[in-house]
Amino acid sequence: MKNRVIRISVVALCFLTFGCSKESRDNAALAKSKSIQIKGSDTIVNLVQKWAEDYSSTDASLNIGITGGGSGTGFAAIINGTCDIAMSSRSIEEAEIKQAEGNKIHPFEYKVGLDGLMVIVNPKNPVVQLTLDQVRNIFMGNIKNWKELGGPDKKIVILSRESNSGTHMFFKEHVIRKGNKKSKDEFSPKALLMSSSQAIVNEISQNPNALGYVGIGYMSAELKAIAIAKKKGDKFVSPDIDSVLSDKYPISRPLFLYASSKDNKLVNALIAYALSDQGQKTVRKLDFVPLRKL
Amino acid sequence: MFSRKVTDSIIEKLIFASGIAAILLVSLIFFFLLREGLGFFSEYSIKDFITGHFWYPTSKPAAFGILSLIMGSLFVTLGAAVIAVPVGVMAAFYISEVAPVSVRDVLKSGIELLAAIPSVVIGFIGMVTLVPLVRVMFDIPTGLSAFSGSLMLAFMAMPTIVSISEDAIRSVPWTYKEAALSLGATKWQTMYRIVLPAAAPGILAAVMLGIGRVIGETMAVMMITGNAAAIPESIFDPVRTMTATIAAEMGETVKGSMHYKGLFAIGLVLFVITFIINFIADTFLNRVKK
Repeated sequence: MKNRVIRISVVALCFLTFGCSKESRDNAALAKSKSIQIKGSDTIVNLVQKWAEDYSSTDASLNIGITGGGSGTGFAAIINGTCDIAMSSRSIEEAEIKQAEGNKIHPFEYKVGLDGLMVIVNPKNPVVQLTLDQVRNIFMGNIKNWKELGGPDKKIVILSRESNSGTHMFFKEHVIRKGNKKSKDEFSPKALLMSSSQAIVNEISQNPNALGYVGIGYMSAELKAIAIAKKKGDKFVSPDIDSVLSDKYPISRPLFLYASSKDNKLVNALIAYALSDQGQKTVRKLDFVPLRKL
Repeated sequence: MFSRKVTDSIIEKLIFASGIAAILLVSLIFFFLLREGLGFFSEYSIKDFITGHFWYPTSKPAAFGILSLIMGSLFVTLGAAVIAVPVGVMAAFYISEVAPVSVRDVLKSGIELLAAIPSVVIGFIGMVTLVPLVRVMFDIPTGLSAFSGSLMLAFMAMPTIVSISEDAIRSVPWTYKEAALSLGATKWQTMYRIVLPAAAPGILAAVMLGIGRVIGETMAVMMITGNAAAIPESIFDPVRTMTATIAAEMGETVKGSMHYKGLFAIGLVLFVITFIINFIADTFLNRVKK
Protein backbone atom coordinates (compact mmCIF):
# COMPACT_ATOMS: atom_id res chain seq x y z
CA MET A 1 0.00 0.00 0.00
CA LYS A 2 2.65 2.45 1.11
CA ASN A 3 4.90 1.21 -1.67
CA ARG A 4 2.32 2.12 -4.29
CA VAL A 5 1.84 5.59 -2.90
CA ILE A 6 5.56 6.21 -3.13
CA ARG A 7 5.74 4.89 -6.67
CA ILE A 8 2.91 7.15 -7.76
CA SER A 9 4.51 10.19 -6.18
CA VAL A 10 7.83 9.42 -7.89
CA VAL A 11 6.08 9.24 -11.25
CA ALA A 12 4.23 12.48 -10.50
CA LEU A 13 7.46 14.16 -9.48
CA CYS A 14 9.08 13.09 -12.75
CA PHE A 15 6.21 14.61 -14.70
CA LEU A 16 6.36 17.79 -12.68
CA THR A 17 10.07 18.37 -13.12
CA PHE A 18 9.90 17.44 -16.79
CA GLY A 19 6.95 19.77 -17.28
CA CYS A 20 8.70 22.59 -15.46
CA SER A 21 11.95 22.35 -17.34
CA LYS A 22 10.14 22.29 -20.67
CA GLU A 23 8.09 25.31 -19.75
CA SER A 24 11.06 27.37 -18.59
CA ARG A 25 12.87 26.53 -21.81
CA ASP A 26 9.89 27.84 -23.79
CA ASN A 27 9.84 31.01 -21.73
CA ALA A 28 13.48 31.65 -22.37
CA ALA A 29 12.92 31.20 -26.09
CA LEU A 30 10.05 33.66 -26.00
CA ALA A 31 12.10 36.31 -24.24
CA LYS A 32 14.83 36.02 -26.86
CA SER A 33 12.46 36.38 -29.82
CA LYS A 34 11.26 39.86 -30.66
CA SER A 35 7.58 40.52 -30.13
CA ILE A 36 5.09 43.33 -30.71
CA GLN A 37 1.58 43.42 -29.23
CA ILE A 38 -1.03 45.33 -31.25
CA LYS A 39 -4.63 45.97 -30.14
CA GLY A 40 -7.56 48.14 -31.11
CA SER A 41 -9.87 49.10 -33.94
CA ASP A 42 -11.75 46.34 -35.72
CA THR A 43 -11.90 48.60 -38.75
CA ILE A 44 -8.23 48.32 -39.57
CA VAL A 45 -7.37 45.02 -37.93
CA ASN A 46 -7.17 43.28 -41.32
CA LEU A 47 -4.95 45.99 -42.75
CA VAL A 48 -2.51 45.87 -39.85
CA GLN A 49 -2.57 42.08 -40.01
CA LYS A 50 -1.51 42.24 -43.66
CA TRP A 51 1.26 44.74 -42.91
CA ALA A 52 2.50 42.54 -40.09
CA GLU A 53 2.48 39.44 -42.29
CA ASP A 54 4.34 41.12 -45.15
CA TYR A 55 6.80 42.78 -42.84
CA SER A 56 7.57 39.77 -40.65
CA SER A 57 8.06 37.51 -43.70
CA THR A 58 11.54 39.06 -43.88
CA ASP A 59 12.29 38.28 -40.22
CA ALA A 60 11.16 34.90 -38.88
CA SER A 61 12.08 35.66 -35.25
CA LEU A 62 9.67 38.59 -35.15
CA ASN A 63 6.49 37.79 -33.25
CA ILE A 64 3.51 40.09 -33.82
CA GLY A 65 0.25 39.56 -31.94
CA ILE A 66 -2.81 41.43 -33.22
CA THR A 67 -6.25 41.63 -31.57
CA GLY A 68 -9.31 43.75 -32.40
CA GLY A 69 -12.04 44.86 -30.01
CA GLY A 70 -12.49 48.52 -30.93
CA SER A 71 -10.39 51.68 -30.78
CA GLY A 72 -11.30 52.25 -27.13
CA THR A 73 -10.03 48.77 -26.31
CA GLY A 74 -6.69 49.62 -27.92
CA PHE A 75 -6.34 52.86 -25.96
CA ALA A 76 -7.31 51.09 -22.74
CA ALA A 77 -4.55 48.56 -23.48
CA ILE A 78 -1.98 51.30 -24.11
CA ILE A 79 -2.97 53.02 -20.87
CA ASN A 80 -2.84 49.76 -18.91
CA GLY A 81 0.53 48.99 -20.53
CA THR A 82 -0.55 45.74 -22.17
CA CYS A 83 0.24 46.57 -25.80
CA ASP A 84 2.92 48.30 -27.90
CA ILE A 85 0.73 49.70 -30.65
CA ALA A 86 -2.93 50.76 -30.53
CA MET A 87 -4.85 50.74 -33.81
CA SER A 88 -7.50 53.40 -33.98
CA SER A 89 -10.09 54.89 -36.27
CA ARG A 90 -10.36 58.06 -34.14
CA SER A 91 -7.76 60.30 -32.57
CA ILE A 92 -6.85 59.82 -28.93
CA GLU A 93 -8.75 61.94 -26.39
CA GLU A 94 -7.27 64.39 -23.90
CA ALA A 95 -8.51 62.27 -21.01
CA GLU A 96 -6.88 59.18 -22.44
CA ILE A 97 -3.53 60.96 -22.87
CA LYS A 98 -3.75 62.11 -19.26
CA GLN A 99 -4.50 58.61 -18.02
CA ALA A 100 -1.57 57.22 -20.04
CA GLU A 101 0.78 59.86 -18.68
CA GLY A 102 -0.39 58.96 -15.20
CA ASN A 103 1.06 55.52 -15.95
CA LYS A 104 4.26 57.07 -17.41
CA ILE A 105 3.32 56.21 -20.99
CA HIS A 106 3.48 58.80 -23.77
CA PRO A 107 1.50 57.58 -26.77
CA PHE A 108 2.82 58.78 -30.13
CA GLU A 109 0.50 59.23 -33.10
CA TYR A 110 1.04 58.09 -36.69
CA LYS A 111 -1.55 58.70 -39.41
CA VAL A 112 -1.38 55.66 -41.68
CA GLY A 113 -4.34 55.93 -44.06
CA LEU A 114 -7.88 57.18 -44.66
CA ASP A 115 -11.25 55.52 -44.62
CA GLY A 116 -14.59 56.53 -46.09
CA LEU A 117 -17.66 55.71 -44.03
CA MET A 118 -20.56 54.62 -46.17
CA VAL A 119 -24.18 54.70 -45.13
CA ILE A 120 -25.58 51.40 -46.34
CA VAL A 121 -29.00 49.88 -46.95
CA ASN A 122 -30.35 46.70 -48.46
CA PRO A 123 -30.36 46.72 -52.32
CA LYS A 124 -34.17 46.21 -52.18
CA ASN A 125 -34.52 49.62 -50.50
CA PRO A 126 -35.51 52.23 -53.14
CA VAL A 127 -33.69 55.13 -51.41
CA VAL A 128 -30.42 55.95 -53.23
CA GLN A 129 -29.32 59.36 -51.96
CA LEU A 130 -29.57 61.47 -48.81
CA THR A 131 -28.22 64.76 -47.55
CA LEU A 132 -25.92 64.76 -44.53
CA ASP A 133 -28.68 66.42 -42.50
CA GLN A 134 -31.14 63.68 -43.40
CA VAL A 135 -28.62 61.03 -42.35
CA ARG A 136 -28.11 62.86 -39.06
CA ASN A 137 -31.85 63.09 -38.40
CA ILE A 138 -32.31 59.39 -39.12
CA PHE A 139 -29.61 58.37 -36.67
CA MET A 140 -30.96 60.77 -34.03
CA GLY A 141 -34.41 59.25 -34.38
CA ASN A 142 -36.09 62.38 -35.81
CA ILE A 143 -36.89 60.68 -39.12
CA LYS A 144 -38.53 57.40 -38.23
CA ASN A 145 -40.17 56.08 -41.38
CA TRP A 146 -38.82 55.33 -44.86
CA LYS A 147 -41.83 57.06 -46.43
CA GLU A 148 -40.48 60.43 -45.24
CA LEU A 149 -37.53 59.78 -47.56
CA GLY A 150 -39.50 58.53 -50.54
CA GLY A 151 -39.40 54.88 -49.53
CA PRO A 152 -42.11 52.42 -48.43
CA ASP A 153 -44.20 52.91 -45.28
CA LYS A 154 -41.83 50.99 -42.99
CA LYS A 155 -40.09 51.88 -39.75
CA ILE A 156 -36.38 52.60 -40.12
CA VAL A 157 -34.16 50.22 -38.16
CA ILE A 158 -31.00 52.12 -37.16
CA LEU A 159 -27.84 50.07 -36.80
CA SER A 160 -24.85 51.53 -35.01
CA ARG A 161 -21.66 50.11 -33.52
CA GLU A 162 -21.03 49.62 -29.79
CA SER A 163 -19.84 52.74 -27.96
CA ASN A 164 -16.24 51.45 -27.67
CA SER A 165 -15.93 51.56 -31.44
CA GLY A 166 -13.93 54.35 -33.06
CA THR A 167 -16.38 54.23 -35.94
CA HIS A 168 -19.22 54.95 -33.50
CA MET A 169 -17.34 57.88 -31.93
CA PHE A 170 -16.34 59.32 -35.28
CA PHE A 171 -19.86 59.10 -36.64
CA LYS A 172 -21.26 60.71 -33.49
CA GLU A 173 -18.78 63.56 -33.54
CA HIS A 174 -18.82 64.33 -37.25
CA VAL A 175 -22.30 63.45 -38.44
CA ILE A 176 -24.56 63.67 -35.38
CA ARG A 177 -22.75 66.57 -33.69
CA LYS A 178 -21.50 68.06 -36.99
CA GLY A 179 -18.01 68.50 -35.55
CA ASN A 180 -19.32 70.85 -32.85
CA LYS A 181 -17.48 69.92 -29.64
CA LYS A 182 -20.11 71.53 -27.41
CA SER A 183 -23.04 69.72 -28.96
CA LYS A 184 -24.75 67.15 -26.74
CA ASP A 185 -26.66 65.41 -29.53
CA GLU A 186 -26.69 61.63 -29.30
CA PHE A 187 -27.61 58.59 -31.31
CA SER A 188 -31.26 57.71 -30.77
CA PRO A 189 -31.49 55.25 -27.85
CA LYS A 190 -33.47 53.08 -30.26
CA ALA A 191 -30.34 52.50 -32.33
CA LEU A 192 -29.30 48.85 -32.30
CA LEU A 193 -25.71 48.60 -31.09
CA MET A 194 -23.97 45.87 -33.08
CA SER A 195 -20.78 44.22 -31.89
CA SER A 196 -18.97 44.47 -35.24
CA SER A 197 -19.18 46.00 -38.70
CA GLN A 198 -19.73 42.50 -40.06
CA ALA A 199 -22.81 42.16 -37.82
CA ILE A 200 -24.19 45.38 -39.36
CA VAL A 201 -23.51 44.04 -42.85
CA ASN A 202 -25.20 40.71 -41.99
CA GLU A 203 -28.37 42.37 -40.70
CA ILE A 204 -28.64 44.81 -43.60
CA SER A 205 -28.08 42.12 -46.22
CA GLN A 206 -31.28 40.40 -45.03
CA ASN A 207 -33.37 43.32 -43.78
CA PRO A 208 -34.75 45.94 -46.23
CA ASN A 209 -35.77 48.27 -43.35
CA ALA A 210 -32.32 48.58 -41.87
CA LEU A 211 -29.73 51.31 -42.32
CA GLY A 212 -26.22 51.47 -40.90
CA TYR A 213 -22.68 52.71 -41.41
CA VAL A 214 -19.45 50.80 -42.14
CA GLY A 215 -16.07 51.49 -43.73
CA ILE A 216 -15.93 51.37 -47.54
CA GLY A 217 -13.87 48.18 -47.31
CA TYR A 218 -17.07 46.32 -46.45
CA MET A 219 -18.80 47.01 -49.80
CA SER A 220 -20.38 43.93 -51.39
CA ALA A 221 -23.18 42.98 -53.77
CA GLU A 222 -25.53 42.40 -50.82
CA LEU A 223 -25.35 46.07 -49.85
CA LYS A 224 -26.14 49.43 -51.39
CA ALA A 225 -24.12 52.51 -50.48
CA ILE A 226 -26.13 55.75 -50.25
CA ALA A 227 -24.82 58.77 -52.18
CA ILE A 228 -24.40 61.69 -49.79
CA ALA A 229 -24.62 65.45 -50.32
CA LYS A 230 -22.98 67.83 -47.84
CA LYS A 231 -26.05 70.03 -47.81
CA LYS A 232 -29.29 70.50 -49.71
CA GLY A 233 -28.58 71.47 -53.32
CA ASP A 234 -25.05 70.02 -53.36
CA LYS A 235 -24.12 67.18 -55.66
CA PHE A 236 -24.70 63.67 -54.29
CA VAL A 237 -21.40 61.78 -54.13
CA SER A 238 -21.00 58.00 -53.90
CA PRO A 239 -18.34 56.73 -51.53
CA ASP A 240 -15.29 55.22 -53.25
CA ILE A 241 -11.52 55.54 -53.04
CA ASP A 242 -11.32 58.43 -55.53
CA SER A 243 -14.07 60.51 -53.96
CA VAL A 244 -12.54 60.09 -50.50
CA LEU A 245 -9.00 60.89 -51.68
CA SER A 246 -10.22 64.01 -53.49
CA ASP A 247 -12.25 64.99 -50.39
CA LYS A 248 -15.52 65.15 -52.37
CA TYR A 249 -17.20 62.51 -50.23
CA PRO A 250 -18.20 64.13 -46.93
CA ILE A 251 -17.82 61.30 -44.38
CA SER A 252 -14.20 60.24 -44.28
CA ARG A 253 -11.72 59.89 -41.45
CA PRO A 254 -8.05 59.27 -40.80
CA LEU A 255 -6.76 55.94 -39.49
CA PHE A 256 -4.09 55.94 -36.81
CA LEU A 257 -1.49 53.79 -35.15
CA TYR A 258 -0.43 54.89 -31.67
CA ALA A 259 2.94 53.66 -30.39
CA SER A 260 3.36 53.39 -26.63
CA SER A 261 6.82 54.90 -26.97
CA LYS A 262 8.93 56.70 -29.60
CA ASP A 263 12.04 54.63 -28.98
CA ASN A 264 10.95 51.05 -29.59
CA LYS A 265 13.00 50.08 -32.66
CA LEU A 266 10.80 47.13 -33.61
CA VAL A 267 7.67 49.27 -33.50
CA ASN A 268 9.27 52.11 -35.44
CA ALA A 269 10.43 49.76 -38.19
CA LEU A 270 6.94 48.28 -38.55
CA ILE A 271 5.35 51.73 -38.75
CA ALA A 272 7.95 52.90 -41.26
CA TYR A 273 6.97 49.90 -43.39
CA ALA A 274 3.28 50.85 -43.11
CA LEU A 275 4.05 54.37 -44.33
CA SER A 276 6.28 53.22 -47.22
CA ASP A 277 4.97 53.01 -50.80
CA GLN A 278 4.65 49.27 -50.45
CA GLY A 279 2.69 49.58 -47.20
CA GLN A 280 0.40 52.20 -48.74
CA LYS A 281 -0.26 49.91 -51.70
CA THR A 282 -1.56 47.38 -49.18
CA VAL A 283 -3.89 50.09 -47.87
CA ARG A 284 -5.37 50.44 -51.33
CA LYS A 285 -5.54 46.68 -51.87
CA LEU A 286 -7.69 46.30 -48.73
CA ASP A 287 -10.12 49.01 -49.94
CA PHE A 288 -8.94 51.76 -47.65
CA VAL A 289 -7.64 55.06 -48.96
CA PRO A 290 -3.86 55.60 -49.04
CA LEU A 291 -2.35 58.84 -47.69
CA ARG A 292 -1.12 59.94 -51.12
CA LYS A 293 -1.64 59.07 -54.77
CA LEU A 294 0.57 56.08 -55.63
CA MET B 1 -3.31 2.17 12.98
CA PHE B 2 -1.63 5.50 13.41
CA SER B 3 -1.31 6.08 9.66
CA ARG B 4 -4.99 5.32 9.15
CA LYS B 5 -5.88 8.02 11.63
CA VAL B 6 -3.62 10.48 9.85
CA THR B 7 -5.08 9.70 6.42
CA ASP B 8 -8.51 10.02 7.92
CA SER B 9 -7.91 13.44 9.33
CA ILE B 10 -6.15 14.66 6.17
CA ILE B 11 -9.06 13.57 4.00
CA GLU B 12 -11.50 15.10 6.44
CA LYS B 13 -9.70 18.42 6.22
CA LEU B 14 -9.54 18.25 2.44
CA ILE B 15 -13.29 17.71 2.23
CA PHE B 16 -13.86 20.52 4.69
CA ALA B 17 -11.70 22.84 2.59
CA SER B 18 -13.60 21.94 -0.58
CA GLY B 19 -16.88 22.54 1.18
CA ILE B 20 -15.79 25.93 2.45
CA ALA B 21 -14.17 26.90 -0.87
CA ALA B 22 -17.48 27.49 -2.64
CA ILE B 23 -18.82 29.76 0.07
CA LEU B 24 -15.50 31.55 0.31
CA LEU B 25 -15.46 32.14 -3.43
CA VAL B 26 -19.01 33.50 -3.48
CA SER B 27 -18.27 35.91 -0.66
CA LEU B 28 -15.00 36.96 -2.31
CA ILE B 29 -16.84 37.67 -5.57
CA PHE B 30 -19.47 39.59 -3.67
CA PHE B 31 -16.91 41.72 -1.83
CA PHE B 32 -15.01 42.35 -5.05
CA LEU B 33 -18.22 43.51 -6.72
CA LEU B 34 -18.98 45.72 -3.74
CA ARG B 35 -15.49 47.22 -3.71
CA GLU B 36 -15.49 48.06 -7.42
CA GLY B 37 -19.17 48.96 -7.70
CA LEU B 38 -19.99 50.88 -4.52
CA GLY B 39 -17.58 53.71 -5.34
CA PHE B 40 -19.83 54.46 -8.28
CA PHE B 41 -22.66 55.57 -6.03
CA SER B 42 -20.59 58.19 -4.24
CA GLU B 43 -20.44 60.08 -7.56
CA TYR B 44 -23.74 59.08 -9.14
CA SER B 45 -27.03 58.84 -7.26
CA ILE B 46 -28.64 55.43 -6.94
CA LYS B 47 -31.97 56.89 -7.97
CA ASP B 48 -30.59 58.27 -11.25
CA PHE B 49 -28.83 54.98 -11.83
CA ILE B 50 -31.88 52.76 -11.36
CA THR B 51 -34.53 55.05 -12.85
CA GLY B 52 -32.51 56.89 -15.54
CA HIS B 53 -33.75 56.30 -19.09
CA PHE B 54 -30.49 56.93 -20.94
CA TRP B 55 -27.34 54.85 -21.09
CA TYR B 56 -24.60 56.92 -22.78
CA PRO B 57 -21.52 55.80 -20.87
CA THR B 58 -18.91 57.31 -23.18
CA SER B 59 -20.48 60.74 -23.72
CA LYS B 60 -19.49 63.83 -21.80
CA PRO B 61 -21.24 64.22 -19.46
CA ALA B 62 -22.05 60.53 -19.36
CA ALA B 63 -25.51 59.18 -18.59
CA PHE B 64 -25.69 55.98 -16.58
CA GLY B 65 -29.41 55.21 -16.39
CA ILE B 66 -30.08 51.49 -16.41
CA LEU B 67 -33.87 51.42 -16.37
CA SER B 68 -33.91 50.45 -20.05
CA LEU B 69 -31.36 47.69 -19.37
CA ILE B 70 -33.39 46.36 -16.42
CA MET B 71 -36.52 46.43 -18.59
CA GLY B 72 -34.58 44.66 -21.33
CA SER B 73 -33.51 41.86 -19.03
CA LEU B 74 -37.05 41.67 -17.63
CA PHE B 75 -38.71 41.42 -21.05
CA VAL B 76 -36.35 38.73 -22.27
CA THR B 77 -36.57 36.76 -19.03
CA LEU B 78 -40.36 36.94 -18.71
CA GLY B 79 -40.76 36.02 -22.37
CA ALA B 80 -38.50 33.03 -21.95
CA ALA B 81 -40.34 31.97 -18.79
CA VAL B 82 -43.75 32.17 -20.48
CA ILE B 83 -42.47 29.82 -23.20
CA ALA B 84 -40.21 27.52 -21.19
CA VAL B 85 -42.27 26.97 -18.03
CA PRO B 86 -45.43 25.37 -19.48
CA VAL B 87 -43.50 23.38 -22.08
CA GLY B 88 -40.85 22.31 -19.57
CA VAL B 89 -43.30 21.26 -16.85
CA MET B 90 -45.46 19.36 -19.32
CA ALA B 91 -42.38 17.63 -20.70
CA ALA B 92 -41.40 16.65 -17.17
CA PHE B 93 -44.86 15.16 -16.56
CA TYR B 94 -44.71 13.27 -19.83
CA ILE B 95 -41.28 11.85 -19.06
CA SER B 96 -41.98 10.76 -15.51
CA GLU B 97 -45.66 9.77 -15.68
CA VAL B 98 -46.70 8.93 -19.22
CA ALA B 99 -43.78 7.91 -21.43
CA PRO B 100 -42.83 4.23 -21.76
CA VAL B 101 -39.41 3.38 -20.38
CA SER B 102 -37.60 3.31 -23.73
CA VAL B 103 -38.94 6.73 -24.78
CA ARG B 104 -38.22 8.13 -21.34
CA ASP B 105 -34.51 7.28 -21.54
CA VAL B 106 -34.12 8.81 -24.99
CA LEU B 107 -36.00 11.96 -23.98
CA LYS B 108 -34.13 12.42 -20.75
CA SER B 109 -30.69 12.16 -22.29
CA GLY B 110 -31.83 14.30 -25.23
CA ILE B 111 -32.95 17.11 -22.95
CA GLU B 112 -29.77 16.87 -20.91
CA LEU B 113 -27.82 17.13 -24.15
CA LEU B 114 -29.61 20.42 -24.82
CA ALA B 115 -27.95 21.80 -21.69
CA ALA B 116 -24.56 20.96 -23.15
CA ILE B 117 -24.90 23.22 -26.19
CA PRO B 118 -22.73 26.31 -25.64
CA SER B 119 -24.73 29.53 -25.54
CA VAL B 120 -22.70 31.12 -28.33
CA VAL B 121 -23.82 28.30 -30.63
CA ILE B 122 -27.45 28.86 -29.65
CA GLY B 123 -26.95 32.59 -30.30
CA PHE B 124 -25.38 31.98 -33.67
CA ILE B 125 -28.11 29.59 -34.80
CA GLY B 126 -30.70 32.09 -33.63
CA MET B 127 -29.01 34.94 -35.49
CA VAL B 128 -28.84 33.07 -38.78
CA THR B 129 -32.16 31.19 -38.75
CA LEU B 130 -34.59 32.67 -36.24
CA VAL B 131 -33.97 36.41 -36.61
CA PRO B 132 -34.85 36.70 -40.33
CA LEU B 133 -37.81 34.35 -39.82
CA VAL B 134 -39.25 36.38 -36.91
CA ARG B 135 -39.01 39.60 -38.92
CA VAL B 136 -40.98 38.19 -41.85
CA MET B 137 -43.46 36.17 -39.78
CA PHE B 138 -44.55 39.00 -37.48
CA ASP B 139 -43.94 41.77 -40.03
CA ILE B 140 -41.81 43.80 -37.63
CA PRO B 141 -38.98 46.17 -38.59
CA THR B 142 -36.24 43.82 -37.39
CA GLY B 143 -36.03 40.29 -36.03
CA LEU B 144 -33.33 41.34 -33.56
CA SER B 145 -35.82 41.64 -30.71
CA ALA B 146 -36.68 40.60 -27.17
CA PHE B 147 -38.96 37.95 -28.65
CA SER B 148 -36.16 36.23 -30.57
CA GLY B 149 -34.02 36.34 -27.43
CA SER B 150 -36.82 34.86 -25.32
CA LEU B 151 -37.37 32.04 -27.76
CA MET B 152 -33.71 31.04 -27.84
CA LEU B 153 -33.29 31.43 -24.08
CA ALA B 154 -36.35 29.26 -23.50
CA PHE B 155 -34.30 26.44 -25.02
CA MET B 156 -31.55 27.12 -22.54
CA ALA B 157 -33.85 27.17 -19.50
CA MET B 158 -35.72 24.04 -20.58
CA PRO B 159 -33.14 21.42 -19.47
CA THR B 160 -32.97 22.86 -15.93
CA ILE B 161 -36.74 23.11 -15.64
CA VAL B 162 -37.42 19.64 -17.07
CA SER B 163 -34.84 17.71 -15.12
CA ILE B 164 -35.50 19.28 -11.72
CA SER B 165 -39.31 19.17 -12.16
CA GLU B 166 -39.01 15.55 -13.20
CA ASP B 167 -37.11 14.73 -10.02
CA ALA B 168 -39.77 16.50 -7.97
CA ILE B 169 -42.60 14.66 -9.72
CA ARG B 170 -40.90 11.33 -9.33
CA SER B 171 -40.33 11.87 -5.62
CA VAL B 172 -44.09 12.05 -4.99
CA PRO B 173 -44.76 8.82 -3.02
CA TRP B 174 -46.39 5.96 -4.94
CA THR B 175 -48.94 5.58 -2.17
CA TYR B 176 -50.52 8.95 -3.13
CA LYS B 177 -51.09 7.83 -6.70
CA GLU B 178 -52.24 4.36 -5.71
CA ALA B 179 -54.75 5.86 -3.31
CA ALA B 180 -56.07 8.23 -5.97
CA LEU B 181 -56.32 5.56 -8.65
CA SER B 182 -58.03 3.12 -6.29
CA LEU B 183 -60.65 5.78 -5.54
CA GLY B 184 -61.49 5.76 -9.23
CA ALA B 185 -59.59 8.84 -10.38
CA THR B 186 -58.38 8.75 -13.99
CA LYS B 187 -54.71 9.02 -14.81
CA TRP B 188 -55.15 12.67 -15.79
CA GLN B 189 -57.08 13.49 -12.63
CA THR B 190 -54.36 11.86 -10.54
CA MET B 191 -51.67 13.89 -12.29
CA TYR B 192 -53.53 17.17 -12.13
CA ARG B 193 -55.12 16.94 -8.69
CA ILE B 194 -52.64 14.80 -6.70
CA VAL B 195 -49.18 14.76 -8.25
CA LEU B 196 -49.03 18.39 -9.33
CA PRO B 197 -49.87 19.89 -5.92
CA ALA B 198 -47.57 17.43 -4.17
CA ALA B 199 -44.67 18.26 -6.47
CA ALA B 200 -45.46 21.98 -6.71
CA PRO B 201 -42.66 23.28 -4.45
CA GLY B 202 -40.08 21.29 -6.43
CA ILE B 203 -41.52 22.50 -9.73
CA LEU B 204 -41.44 26.10 -8.50
CA ALA B 205 -37.80 25.67 -7.50
CA ALA B 206 -37.08 24.28 -10.97
CA VAL B 207 -38.75 27.29 -12.56
CA MET B 208 -36.78 29.70 -10.41
CA LEU B 209 -33.46 28.03 -11.22
CA GLY B 210 -34.36 28.06 -14.93
CA ILE B 211 -35.14 31.77 -14.72
CA GLY B 212 -31.87 32.33 -12.88
CA ARG B 213 -30.06 30.78 -15.80
CA VAL B 214 -31.92 32.98 -18.30
CA ILE B 215 -31.34 36.27 -16.53
CA GLY B 216 -27.60 35.63 -16.29
CA GLU B 217 -27.23 34.48 -19.89
CA THR B 218 -25.06 36.79 -21.96
CA MET B 219 -23.66 35.58 -25.24
CA ALA B 220 -26.87 34.44 -26.91
CA VAL B 221 -28.83 37.57 -25.92
CA MET B 222 -26.02 39.82 -27.07
CA MET B 223 -26.19 38.25 -30.51
CA ILE B 224 -29.95 38.27 -31.06
CA THR B 225 -31.73 40.95 -29.04
CA GLY B 226 -30.42 43.95 -30.99
CA ASN B 227 -28.83 45.75 -28.01
CA ALA B 228 -30.79 49.00 -28.25
CA ALA B 229 -30.76 50.73 -24.87
CA ALA B 230 -34.31 52.06 -25.14
CA ILE B 231 -37.25 51.11 -22.93
CA PRO B 232 -39.16 48.49 -24.96
CA GLU B 233 -42.84 49.06 -25.70
CA SER B 234 -43.53 45.51 -26.76
CA ILE B 235 -41.86 42.13 -26.78
CA PHE B 236 -41.07 42.69 -30.47
CA ASP B 237 -38.84 45.70 -29.79
CA PRO B 238 -35.06 45.39 -29.69
CA VAL B 239 -33.71 45.43 -26.13
CA ARG B 240 -30.36 45.61 -24.38
CA THR B 241 -29.90 43.42 -21.32
CA MET B 242 -27.71 44.12 -18.30
CA THR B 243 -25.47 41.15 -18.99
CA ALA B 244 -24.91 42.07 -22.64
CA THR B 245 -24.02 45.63 -21.60
CA ILE B 246 -21.33 44.42 -19.22
CA ALA B 247 -19.92 41.98 -21.76
CA ALA B 248 -19.91 44.42 -24.66
CA GLU B 249 -18.40 47.35 -22.79
CA MET B 250 -16.02 45.90 -20.21
CA GLY B 251 -13.22 45.50 -22.76
CA GLU B 252 -13.11 49.19 -23.59
CA THR B 253 -13.14 50.74 -20.15
CA VAL B 254 -10.11 52.07 -18.39
CA LYS B 255 -9.69 50.46 -14.96
CA GLY B 256 -11.05 52.69 -12.23
CA SER B 257 -13.02 55.04 -14.52
CA MET B 258 -16.68 55.90 -13.91
CA HIS B 259 -17.73 53.67 -16.78
CA TYR B 260 -15.78 50.75 -15.28
CA LYS B 261 -17.36 51.27 -11.88
CA GLY B 262 -20.78 51.68 -13.48
CA LEU B 263 -20.47 48.27 -15.13
CA PHE B 264 -19.58 46.76 -11.77
CA ALA B 265 -22.62 48.49 -10.30
CA ILE B 266 -24.74 46.75 -12.94
CA GLY B 267 -23.05 43.51 -11.90
CA LEU B 268 -24.08 44.25 -8.33
CA VAL B 269 -27.71 44.74 -9.37
CA LEU B 270 -27.59 41.45 -11.29
CA PHE B 271 -26.02 39.68 -8.33
CA VAL B 272 -28.78 40.89 -6.03
CA ILE B 273 -31.47 39.78 -8.49
CA THR B 274 -30.04 36.28 -8.99
CA PHE B 275 -29.42 35.97 -5.26
CA ILE B 276 -33.08 36.69 -4.55
CA ILE B 277 -34.20 34.20 -7.21
CA ASN B 278 -31.92 31.47 -5.88
CA PHE B 279 -33.01 32.21 -2.34
CA ILE B 280 -36.67 31.75 -3.30
CA ALA B 281 -35.82 28.54 -5.16
CA ASP B 282 -33.93 27.25 -2.13
CA THR B 283 -36.80 27.96 0.23
CA PHE B 284 -39.13 25.93 -1.98
CA LEU B 285 -36.62 23.08 -2.34
CA ASN B 286 -36.31 22.88 1.44
CA ARG B 287 -40.06 22.69 1.74
CA VAL B 288 -40.03 19.67 -0.60
CA LYS B 289 -37.66 17.83 1.71
CA LYS B 290 -39.95 18.35 4.72
